[in-house]
Amino acid sequence: MGKVIVVTSGKGGVGKTTSSAALGAALARNGDRVAVVDFDVGLRNLDLVMGAERRVVYDLVNVIQGEAKLTQALIRDKRLETLFLLPASQTRDKDNLTAEGVAEVIGALRQAFDWVICDSPAGIERGATLAMRHADIAVVVTNPEVSSVRDSDRIIGLLDSKTLKAENGERMEKHLLLTRYDPLRAERGDMLKVDDVLEILSIPLLGIIPESMDVLRASNVGSPVTLADETSAPALAYFDAVRRLKGENLPVTIPGEKRGFFGKFFGRRAA
Amino acid sequence: MTAVLTESRPIRLKGRSFLALALAPELPFDDWLARLDDLAARSTGFFLQRPVVLDVNGLTIDRSQLSELVEKLGARKVRIMGIEGARPSLLGPDMPPAMLDGRPASDVSPSADGAPAVPAADSDAPAASPLPKAPSSIVVSQPVRSGQSIVFPDGDVTVIGSVASGAEVIAGGSIHIYGALRGRAMAGTTGNAEARIFCRKLEAELVAIDGYYRTAEDLGSDLHGQPAQFWLEGDTFKVGSFA
Repeated sequence: MGKVIVVTSGKGGVGKTTSSAALGAALARNGDRVAVVDFDVGLRNLDLVMGAERRVVYDLVNVIQGEAKLTQALIRDKRLETLFLLPASQTRDKDNLTAEGVAEVIGALRQAFDWVICDSPAGIERGATLAMRHADIAVVVTNPEVSSVRDSDRIIGLLDSKTLKAENGERMEKHLLLTRYDPLRAERGDMLKVDDVLEILSIPLLGIIPESMDVLRASNVGSPVTLADETSAPALAYFDAVRRLKGENLPVTIPGEKRGFFGKFFGRRAA
Repeated sequence: MTAVLTESRPIRLKGRSFLALALAPELPFDDWLARLDDLAARSTGFFLQRPVVLDVNGLTIDRSQLSELVEKLGARKVRIMGIEGARPSLLGPDMPPAMLDGRPASDVSPSADGAPAVPAADSDAPAASPLPKAPSSIVVSQPVRSGQSIVFPDGDVTVIGSVASGAEVIAGGSIHIYGALRGRAMAGTTGNAEARIFCRKLEAELVAIDGYYRTAEDLGSDLHGQPAQFWLEGDTFKVGSFA
């Protein structure tokens, strides 16, 4: 039985799709079987970021409405043979996602894959609530900025009330992924500090992804940043995030923070 | 340190509860309306001037059926002030609003003179409540997230954790927050001027006691980020630290 991860945020443009692709590729690089599902019906992007846009035939809505089989709609990545994409429909709208249909698709994917990553649309409407509904683990993507933090807080509330896990009285595992972190702006005090974000949201930190041109460059060439340049700062941060996701206790370092010899030993611990 | 925050006369927002008649229609509506007409013929004016709530819990009806029923009741001079137990999709701007959290009271039966006989209202001794006494406080052991609302009109609310920006806690009694208050806290909403609000770290958007309220802007910056408490002295809204 695979694990279902929802990548969510409330606010748009914070890096959900980038993170879904990067985490998916990083997990698949170790040989795990990974399916990344685009829930953003009507505004699909994940196929572009993963460089599969020219091979989309069927999509999630086709599968839910019985017009295609799941195996027909899944697209295998050209670089990693254990990485698959289930694209969203660009022409239909979110009302075509039914609760039963989504449950069936996620159930089938859970059987066949080690990890199922659901890339949630922005907002708190139907698409977003269906994307989180069956998740075991939530990755809450947040920028160090007040409106993003408040929206993430709202989403955490929904994760604790509207998901199957919550309704069964279980606790949803939630992780914070702080993205687009700019060390220069942080130094000038233009951004929220990492500690402030953690204090407000009070969920464990999965990683800090620095703001970087590498992310933009990677999505322009249609490659997850963890495949485009494995030595770039954002890719390394995503690799660390995946190790923590798998249960490793790895200290989180804040990008750009100058650390002395001793600082390295007394590194920040992931909560 | 105690600062007086009352400058102008504040607007008061108060909670009130009223006894409403809850009508529970049954399908098919035509039969039920016939029985209602029969009742109305025997006791004229039963529904006149009374707040009536329509309880549609458990009925499988669509929107047009519901609006038709409300219309037919209107033609019988039964004005529906709210609808209980309806899915949000059944309601619209042209419909009475949804009513939540209704608590049962004694049944009301029509008497011969047409006025509903409300039990206990006419007896001198205070009637024993048929309901068990509700607990007078609740404890919330998780942070209250943005968009969430904790409403407890029967007493105190204690939150172990923070109340986020965009979240609200509404209590009939006092509010205790063992964390940061970044959202709204409204204490004593059922008319309890003795209620207080306490928090470990004050970053509130709005605080209110018994209808008197202060926004973040009125609160100033003296106690921002500090432990604080709020209370009323007469009409005066007070804030103080308790560090």
